[in-house]
Amino acid sequence: MRTISKDRLISEMERLVVEAATVLDDKVVACLRNGQGQEPGERARHILGEILENQAIARTTSIPICQDTGVAVVFVELGRDLHLDFDLTEALNEGVRRGYQNGYLRKSVVRHPLDRVNTKDNTPAVIHLSLVPGDRLRIRFAPKGAGSENMSRLAMLTPADGIEGIVRFVLETVKLAGGKACPPIILGIGIGGNFEKCALIAKEALFREVDDRAENPIDRALEERLFEEVNKLGIGPMGLSGVTTCLAVKVNSAACHIASLPVAVNIQCHAARHKETVL
Amino acid sequence: MRNLLLPLSESVRLSLRAGDEVTLSGDLYTGRDAAHKLMVQALEKGEPLPFPLNGETIYYTGPTPAKPGQIIGSCGPTSSYRMDPYSPILMKHGLKVMIGKGPRSEAFRRSLVENRAVYLDVTGGIGALLSQRVKAMELIAYPWLESEAIYRLRIENFPAIVAYDSAGNDVFTF
Repeated sequence: MRTISKDRLISEMERLVVEAATVLDDKVVACLRNGQGQEPGERARHILGEILENQAIARTTSIPICQDTGVAVVFVELGRDLHLDFDLTEALNEGVRRGYQNGYLRKSVVRHPLDRVNTKDNTPAVIHLSLVPGDRLRIRFAPKGAGSENMSRLAMLTPADGIEGIVRFVLETVKLAGGKACPPIILGIGIGGNFEKCALIAKEALFREVDDRAENPIDRALEERLFEEVNKLGIGPMGLSGVTTCLAVKVNSAACHIASLPVAVNIQCHAARHKETVL
Repeated sequence: MRNLLLPLSESVRLSLRAGDEVTLSGDLYTGRDAAHKLMVQALEKGEPLPFPLNGETIYYTGPTPAKPGQIIGSCGPTSSYRMDPYSPILMKHGLKVMIGKGPRSEAFRRSLVENRAVYLDVTGGIGALLSQRVKAMELIAYPWLESEAIYRLRIENFPAIVAYDSAGNDVFTF
């Protein structure tokens, strides 16, 4: 049976953490550049110019793109034919710990929401594990900042609300977020599932490539409609008006109860950082 | 574009209008959620503040740690609305300029006008660029808060937009 060493997993996790904080994905950069080209307003173009210049500086100097280097969110797909002779959660947290310490990243995690004592190493990570066929280990990592996370919302709609209810809720959420979520944003939208499943698929939607499209035609049509309607709101870069309010909309769907229509909107700021590796 | 010297004089402060693009140079203090809570608690107990608020500037940021040889790490603005419960109390005690990102509450805006103060907006998520406009950093208070501690920064040509002016105008779409 195939195996991988604990040390290798830890060092890969550390690498993902440091790279994600400093190197913005080329496709996201291309979207920002495209947005800049479409903005009629000078202020919006100027802000997008600052964002583009910033990611170039981050890339060459290894200074983090944003000071909010987030909570570590990790999606792990564990091949059922891979044998691990160590505690996976502990090893992932050790990689996160080393990445945040050795990469000079901000430690933004408190041990309890009310006593608010910083854990000083950015652990624990939020880890989602699933078992899959094969003998590989896929790790997807995103440092999720609070600016956009705080503006995310979930609603338990009813089947009668339908697609119009979903669109209304998404637009309302984006308007409430306004300039607070650091637009241009990317929307991760979950529809269906139950209360927690819906939030989880919304989060996972943010890990999709910025230029991909949903496979399911219903979800794909919803992505297209929302992309258009959100960008008609006029919120613009940093909420100072413009046509670039969102760079992409990602809809993930799941089966749900006959009585339910859950919808979750997870907002991602323009520093859309995520990295993955397969071991 | 106007280059403004911090701390701002009253005449400059009152001349600013929402939408003005400016650059800032001079000294300011950092502070965000935890430091605001501690400062307001100190005022409630009648204790002295870590620095005199009179006419001063607070920038809402929690930078990443500086690497060896650097002055500061990534140091962009955090969302300002979270400081809304505290800002009116600090303004009552002399705070005049706040710098952060994003829209704020109506209560904050009213308090800003009453205190003839100003709120400036800096583009969020450009902390690497902004780190190059910081020329000195000194720890002032609450060291155990680390990134959330209060630091004095000397900045140069720091880009900002007047978001809420002392006459009650604001620049945000929503």
